[in-house]
Amino acid sequence: MNDLSPTAFLVTSMMKITAVFTGVILVVAYMTLAERRVSAFIQDRWGPNRVGPFGLLQPIADGIKNILKEETLPATAHRTLFILAPALAIIPALITFAVIPFAAPLGTPWGTVEMIVADLPIGILYILALSSLGVYGLFLAGWSSNNKYAFLGGLRSSSQMISYEVALGLSIVPVLMLAGNVTLTDIVWQQQQLGLWYLFPLSLAFILFVVSAFAETNRLPFDLPEAESELVTGYHTEYSSMKFSMFFIAEYSHILTASALMATLFLGGWSVPFWSGDHMYWHEGMLISGFNAAGDPVAADPAWWKTLFTLLSFAVKTAFFVLVFIWVRWTLPRFRYDQVMHLGWKVMLPVSLAYLMIVAATVLVMDQVGVEGFAFGAILTVVSGIATVAFVYLLDRGRVIGGASASARRSQDEVRVRVSHGTSLSTSQGG
Amino acid sequence: MAATVKVMRRPEPETTSYLRASLSGMAITFKHMIRPDKVTRQYPEEQPDLSPRWRGTHVMEVHENGRPKCVACGLCPTVCPANCIRLVGGEDDQGNRYPLVYEIDEFRCIFCGMCQEVCPVEAIHVGVHFENAEYTRDRFVYDLDRLMEQDHPSTLLWDPSDPRSE
Repeated sequence: MNDLSPTAFLVTSMMKITAVFTGVILVVAYMTLAERRVSAFIQDRWGPNRVGPFGLLQPIADGIKNILKEETLPATAHRTLFILAPALAIIPALITFAVIPFAAPLGTPWGTVEMIVADLPIGILYILALSSLGVYGLFLAGWSSNNKYAFLGGLRSSSQMISYEVALGLSIVPVLMLAGNVTLTDIVWQQQQLGLWYLFPLSLAFILFVVSAFAETNRLPFDLPEAESELVTGYHTEYSSMKFSMFFIAEYSHILTASALMATLFLGGWSVPFWSGDHMYWHEGMLISGFNAAGDPVAADPAWWKTLFTLLSFAVKTAFFVLVFIWVRWTLPRFRYDQVMHLGWKVMLPVSLAYLMIVAATVLVMDQVGVEGFAFGAILTVVSGIATVAFVYLLDRGRVIGGASASARRSQDEVRVRVSHGTSLSTSQGG
Repeated sequence: MAATVKVMRRPEPETTSYLRASLSGMAITFKHMIRPDKVTRQYPEEQPDLSPRWRGTHVMEVHENGRPKCVACGLCPTVCPANCIRLVGGEDDQGNRYPLVYEIDEFRCIFCGMCQEVCPVEAIHVGVHFENAEYTRDRFVYDLDRLMEQDHPSTLLWDPSDPRSE
């Protein structure tokens, strides 16, 4: 899939690995700052703004602090697993980014370098496999701590991850059906060819994916494994110093990967909207920008400024989703545990299956009829729009999420009792 | 004083939209996020507005000739409920009494302001000041020189416009 010599491939790969690893770690560090600043802004505070200009050196100060802090090993903990768990959490989180393309290919004197660490043919499957490995870190942390809160946190994390893994996988399948491939470079290319982000023709898949991704990354409103108010801090209660920090790096890099995935799967990845100059794809050993009217491939001309521009586009899209992650965390309260399970198994799973069937049927019919190009996307957008509206309508009648509606299903009489009680209280103490 | 009870109306189950409620919650948090006026006071740069009746670290008033106004009458150590004032009085050759030793242990002090209230010559005052941090504990026993050097304003124990503290 490239025209580099083996040496050049090795060198560029090394450089990309270093750059991406450093980039991910840096972005993760600054995501912690962003989380603290955004949460502060939402709560009308300023947040950490003392270390460096605008608090920009705060992550470094936090890092130094965490490295220098005393590390404790609980006496009754399972030593090996206790030490292994943070590593098991952080490694899958950091290496999932490898298959996400982050910019347009870059032309160099030695050949065209693809801006992706490893363009694996199994793409998305690799991400699904590794992101579910991350649960081992959390669960082993909870198990090995020999602490009931940590254990409950680990238990919750594993059951939650398993539940939402299914919906996550099934919500990606419509994307793969439209793209006809599982590599992320292909998904980006197909979105460029369709001229429409998959967000529109697959709107319900997007919603299901976002919700599942929140559950997968243990973010509020699904942060049951941590659940400060019930479980101290859940699975990492017993951890201190850098090991604790590693769980945080793992969580934030999961968020970063999930945001990058949302951008890639549903927002066209690195491609710049309303611009065809960045269309680039490896087609039969040739970097093409599309096909002409006769169906012959047209060669693409990569340039460094195109790579930079697409990288910026990718960064903006990813940053948007990271912001949404933070924003939602500081808005919505945590679900109760049975509500999470209910939503996962009784809502997300059947809906994603049904939606999968709808998309498959629509695509099949359109393929038979011969609808192509923009009309294909438009029809699918309408079908998905109807499905989304129906889903939201059903979910919103207070009958699908049983737990939440049960508490709201108070009789009117009880409300009235409360009102009269309130007034009597104010009159009796009025004098 | 009338007790006011805020009655929260429960959402009615048949008309409540969870999605709309969530989205309006998101809108509220977003509005607060972009709101420029924050409640945080950037403390060392922005000082808090202390009341003129704030009772902080003590100030000893000084005569124009540089001697303390204190006449070592012994009323303040007597009235002090925390027993934090140590006073040893002396007399000069004109027969004027003055403090040989006047120490206030600011750790024991409860900042009630009774020393100021009881002082017949308005010498000892509690002050409008709160930044008292020191590196060692013994620095918190303020001796006479230190009390005379304090340059923050002394407290109005009562507000002339509100003499009955209403």
